[in-house]
Amino acid sequence: MTGVLPIALEESRKIVQALLLSGKEYVCVMKLHREAEEKQVRNVLKEFEDTIYQRPPLRAAVKRQLRTRRIYYIDFLEMDGRNVLFKVGCEAGTYIRKLCFDIGEVLGCAAHMQELRRTRAGPFVENGDMVTLHDVAYWFMEWQEQKDERILRKFIQPMEKALVLVPKIYVRDSAVDAVCHGATLTAPGVLSLETKINKGLTVAVLTLKGEVVALAKAAVSTEDILNMEHGVVAETKRVLMLRGTYPKCWKSGEA
Amino acid sequence: MPRTVPPWETKRKLLVKTEDKTNPRYGCKPEERSVEEYMKYGVINLDKPAGPTSHEVAAWVKRILNLQHVGHGGTLEA
Repeated sequence: MTGVLPIALEESRKIVQALLLSGKEYVCVMKLHREAEEKQVRNVLKEFEDTIYQRPPLRAAVKRQLRTRRIYYIDFLEMDGRNVLFKVGCEAGTYIRKLCFDIGEVLGCAAHMQELRRTRAGPFVENGDMVTLHDVAYWFMEWQEQKDERILRKFIQPMEKALVLVPKIYVRDSAVDAVCHGATLTAPGVLSLETKINKGLTVAVLTLKGEVVALAKAAVSTEDILNMEHGVVAETKRVLMLRGTYPKCWKSGEA
Repeated sequence: MPRTVPPWETKRKLLVKTEDKTNPRYGCKPEERSVEEYMKYGVINLDKPAGPTSHEVAAWVKRILNLQHVGHGGTLEA
């Protein structure tokens, strides 16, 4: 299996959780065990554009209990004999091997996954910023020899890139260090925010410079936050910024 | 079921609640971090080759870049 595999370096490993839960897209070759009509294959693929049930396979990293996963779309691309090429956009944790097997069952001819390539993991897609292991080894050596940091910045991206799809709340400088210490984010600290935030949603707390401070769980919606003058806006879940980066502007309760 | 909008096509707008400035003395834009910081807070959009597991690939990146820890976002296995 090949394709998009975001690698988080050192401190940025803390954002992996957000990536694991984000949607994926794959291009897949499915092998049918007997001939089938293209029209029938197209129809069955359409049927799977739905919320589907899946039990994780025998060899899986999670508990083997029946669970539901959302298939956002399946686009039929090509068919050549018994090979069917399609593109699927799905929720995190969807087993494509299982999906192929189930499609085969519905078709009645049985099928298995022949080849798979991931074309998206959250905000990461196959495009100009994607690099191979060879590129990484080569560019890193180049950087060590030439000491030109532009080389390093060419194949490594700031961790904020991984949070492009996560709704954002921008906060005052004075609120930053408190959040770094795990404090909840309250309304006076909020400067701007994105639409479609709802209670329980994971949000990214950022500074006006665009640096991520922490991942948090929204306590209220975008509309509520805009109208609030005080009260909890989001609960800090994962702190990403080093404490002390911004000045401490809060009083200790024991003073 | 009709095609549903995947999360990566959700459009969000930025709404301003209050205006303020940020002090240039503290922190910096992500792309302006020093090389050490930039790496420490960096991610690589890697094209996984066929064969090795996601864990093996992550371990290779760690060794190539001489780092202590790396993680990967979403195992890409059969």
